[in-house]
Amino acid sequence: MSHAETMLPALPPPPEALRRYTLSRLIGRVALGIWLAASVGIFLFVVESWSPEKFTKYGPSFISGLGVTLTLVSISIVLGGILSLPLAYGRMTKNKVVSWIAYAYVYFFRGTPLITQLFLVYYGLGSFRPYLEAVGLWSLFKDAWFCALLTFTLNTAAYQAEILRGAIQSVPRGQHEGAAALGLPKRVAFFKIILPQAMIVALRPYGNEIILMIKGSAIVAIVTVFDLMGETRRAFSRTYDFQMYLWAAVLYLVMVEMLRNLWAWIEMRLTRHLKR
Amino acid sequence: MQAAFAALSSIVSWFANILDPMCGPIGIFRLLASDTLLSCGDTGWGDEIAYGFMITASLAICTLPVGLFFGFFIALAKQSEEKSLRLATNIYTTIFRGLPELLTLFIVYYGLQIVAQQVMASVGYEGPVEINAFIAGMIALGVVFSAYCSEVLLSAFKAIPHGQYEAGDALGLHRGKTMRLIILPQLVRIALPGLGNLWMALLKDTALVSVIGLPDILRQTGVAARVTKYAFEFFSIACLLFLILAMVSSLVFSALERWTKRSEVAR
Repeated sequence: MSHAETMLPALPPPPEALRRYTLSRLIGRVALGIWLAASVGIFLFVVESWSPEKFTKYGPSFISGLGVTLTLVSISIVLGGILSLPLAYGRMTKNKVVSWIAYAYVYFFRGTPLITQLFLVYYGLGSFRPYLEAVGLWSLFKDAWFCALLTFTLNTAAYQAEILRGAIQSVPRGQHEGAAALGLPKRVAFFKIILPQAMIVALRPYGNEIILMIKGSAIVAIVTVFDLMGETRRAFSRTYDFQMYLWAAVLYLVMVEMLRNLWAWIEMRLTRHLKR
Repeated sequence: MQAAFAALSSIVSWFANILDPMCGPIGIFRLLASDTLLSCGDTGWGDEIAYGFMITASLAICTLPVGLFFGFFIALAKQSEEKSLRLATNIYTTIFRGLPELLTLFIVYYGLQIVAQQVMASVGYEGPVEINAFIAGMIALGVVFSAYCSEVLLSAFKAIPHGQYEAGDALGLHRGKTMRLIILPQLVRIALPGLGNLWMALLKDTALVSVIGLPDILRQTGVAARVTKYAFEFFSIACLLFLILAMVSSLVFSALERWTKRSEVAR
C-alpha cells in the first residue's frame, strides 16, 4: 500500500496570454475618446453658459412642453388604435372594394411624410373655411393642436392597421384548423386563439410605433403647437443659447430609452411561457 | 479646352431639359397644366415645384451612399470582439435612433454654425457664417440613416452562418476577399428589404429639411400655397409627388430584389 507522502507543489499560473494591440482596439479607444471628449466639451459648454435665471424661466415651460408631447402622442395612439381595427379588417377582407379603399388609405398615409400630411390638414383645410364654418367645425380646425391630433391619429391608424394585419396573418393556418377541429365557432376561435398569439407578435412593432410617434411629434412645433420641441425653439429664439437644444435632446433620449426598456420588460414578461 | 467643356455641359443640360419629366417639352406640367397655376414659366408654379422635386430627390440620393458607407462600418464594429468599439458604436446608434430627426437636424444646423463661427473667429474672421442647408441636411439625415442601417446590416450579418467565413478561410481567401466575394452578396440579399424600408423613411425625412430653408418640394409648394391661397391643392400636389417617389422606389427595389435573387432556385 503506497500513497503519496507529499502533495505536488502548486504550479505557477500560466503566463498571461499575450494580447496583441489590434487595429480595432485602437479604433475603439479613439472612438470612445471622441465620445468622452464630446461629452466633456458639452458639459463644459453647459456649465459655462449656465444661468439659474434661464433655468427658472424656461425649466417649467420645458416640463409643460413634455406634457403636451406626451398627451398628444398617447391620445393619438389610442384613437389610432381604435381606427386601425376597421382598417385592418378592410385589408384582410375578400370584398374587393373595401380592401381597395383600405389599401389606398394605408398607402397614402405610409407613403407621404407626416409633415406634409400635417400641412395638408392645418393649412390645406383652411381653404374650406366657409364650409367648415357652415357645419360649425371651424373652431376645431383652426386650432393647431387639434389638427396635429387629427393628423397623427390618421397616420398612426394606417401604421397600426398594417402591424395588426401582419400579426394576425403571421399566426399559422394550423391554429385556425385546430380551432375548427375542436368545434369552436369562428368568433371564439379568433378572440381566444388567434388574437392572443397575434398580439405577442405585434408587441414589438407597437412599441416601435409609439417611439416613432414620439419622435415624429416634434414636427408639430412648426405649426405653432408648443410641445417639447416648440418650447425649445421658443427658448432658443429668445436666448440664442444652444444648450436649449441639448436639454431637449436629453429629454427625448430619456423618454425613448425608458419606453424601450419598459417594452423589453413587458415583452420578456409576456413571452416567458415561450422560453425553453 | 474651356470651350469644349462648356459645349459638353450645354449638351448635357439640353438633354436633361428634353428628358425633364415635369417642365420639359414632354413634361406633365407642360402638357397637362399649361395656362393653369402649375404651368411652367413666370405665370405658374410648375417650374418651381419641379425644382423642389429635383432637390428632394437629389438630397435623398446624395445621402444614401454616405449613410450606407458609415452604416456598413458601424455594423462591422458592432460585431467586433473589441469591447470599446462595440460600446462606442452602441452609444452612437442609441443617440441617433432616439433623437427626433427634426431635433438632429437643428442640432447639426445650429451646432455646425456655432462651431464654424468659432473656428472662423479664431482665424480672425468676424462676419456671419452660414452653413449650407443642403450639406447640413445631408449630414443630419446621413447620421440617422447610418444608425438605422447599421442595425439592419448587423441582423443580416447574424443571419449568415459562420461556415461561410470558414469556407472562405479553407479556400485560402484573405479577409477582404472573403467579405467581398462570399459575404457581401449574401448580405445584400438578406438586408435589401430592410434597406428598402430605410430608403422610404429617408425619402420622407427629406421633407424636414424644408424647415431650415432648403427649397425642396414642401417648401416650394408651401410658398406657392401662401402666395396663391390654394393651400389644399398645392399641399395635395406635394403629397402626390412624394407618393410618386415612393412608387418609383418600390418598383426599383422590387427589381433589385429580383436581380439579387436571380441565382436562387425558382420556387
